[in-house]
Amino acid sequence: MATKAFTLDDLKRTLREAAGVAEGVDLDGDILDTEFEVIGYESLALLEAGSLIEREYGISLDEEAVGDANTPRAFIDVVNTQLAPAQAA
Amino acid sequence: MTTSVVVTGLGVAAPNGLGTQDYWSATLGGKHGIGRVTRFDPTNYPARLAGEVPGFVPEEHLPSRLLPQTDRVTRLALVATDWALKDAGADPKDLPEFDMGVITASAAGGFEFGQGELQNLWSRGSQYVSAYQSFAWFYAVNSGQISIRNGMKGPAGVVVSEGAGGLDAVAQARRQIRKGTSLIVTGAVDASICPWGWVAQLATGKLSTRDEPTRAYLPFDREAHGYVPGEGGAILITEDAEAARTRGARVYGEIAGYGATIDPRPGIDREPGLRRAIQVALADAGVDTVDVDVVFADGAGDPAGDRVEAEAISDVFGDRGVPVTVPKTMTGRLYSGGAPLDLAAAFLSMRDGVIPPTVHIEPCTDYPLDLVLAEPRQAEVRTALVLARGSGGFNSAMVVRTTA
Repeated sequence: MATKAFTLDDLKRTLREAAGVAEGVDLDGDILDTEFEVIGYESLALLEAGSLIEREYGISLDEEAVGDANTPRAFIDVVNTQLAPAQAA
Repeated sequence: MTTSVVVTGLGVAAPNGLGTQDYWSATLGGKHGIGRVTRFDPTNYPARLAGEVPGFVPEEHLPSRLLPQTDRVTRLALVATDWALKDAGADPKDLPEFDMGVITASAAGGFEFGQGELQNLWSRGSQYVSAYQSFAWFYAVNSGQISIRNGMKGPAGVVVSEGAGGLDAVAQARRQIRKGTSLIVTGAVDASICPWGWVAQLATGKLSTRDEPTRAYLPFDREAHGYVPGEGGAILITEDAEAARTRGARVYGEIAGYGATIDPRPGIDREPGLRRAIQVALADAGVDTVDVDVVFADGAGDPAGDRVEAEAISDVFGDRGVPVTVPKTMTGRLYSGGAPLDLAAAFLSMRDGVIPPTVHIEPCTDYPLDLVLAEPRQAEVRTALVLARGSGGFNSAMVVRTTA
């Protein structure tokens, strides 16, 4: 069975829904390696985003890893780490 | 010499007008904002009238980042703050962050947000509860969000003393300014017109159960039988008078005096505390009763509360010794938002030389009060007294006056 990875577009969609977008921030810019703090998301916003992802994909994220992920690239990696085995199963 | 504390900006969200100008023209025109609840279907509840803030579309005023994390009450408070700062000509970006603070009052916090998350919890499960519930419901949330949005890192806090809270917060702001913070955002906005908030208010047994908006909330009327609750309030920018003068700010007036008391325990045969609160506030301001041009009464709207207030006012000022008005007859009682809205009205009365009316009532002749009825009264207003009481025995009085 083919697996579908969690992408930057998926993350942007999730962030918009879970936490909105701060004034003066362009999520469609080059943000993959920009720290979340710079684009207006603090730990609570990421917790909320993580919770949305868990519900949508039926997975459970590693809380500590979510807390350590300070850029979109790192966050996407955390999601895919859980998503791949879940989809393979 | 004690630091003088002045008000330089007003931001209003009231049931009879969104924005200071709409509120004030409605208020002088005797236009009320009380109607059947629209935010939920009130059919099966014993009380069905409220003062709802009209035409507020949060998306027009706030970034999407703030919407998932805020209750209606906080959105109203944030926008009222934006307007108040603009009115004061104060851009927080230009001021030192530790020289600005936020002290508001709250009687309920973010009830509607909390209701939604409780519904998520029991109908869908804990994983559906928003992480933002951690603070969105909380009493201090308006102060916190105002502080974050405007980068204000000075003293912050919230005062919870029901209907008296709005004055208590402004008094606390004055203390902090006297201790050295140059600008404090203060006042209060409350809003909990949702089923969960409604049943909490019904539990007081004091809500008017009538359906006719002009006969439901009748303070000082022989037919007084409870109050109509409302949402909204006012945010005030208070500043050290020197600092305001230095930056060339326009000044509405001064927070001149304040007094607060607690009523004796029910069943104890001692005088209620309101009269004493008035006297403490007058003494604090250093003004005589003859100097007071108008009293904005609390206006409980129940016979016992009205009697206590009428007696306190006439004890201090003499029978019909001072004009008394209750513009909240046009908004309903806004909990902690009510008194800051009256403070705003008092400053606008000073500016325009006019006392706003008390609408809908036929005053009970037992109360020796000179009530300003039906039409606004032209009068020079240099000093005003605002009264506010809160469930639980809180009495607060504040004297404001012109600085010109």
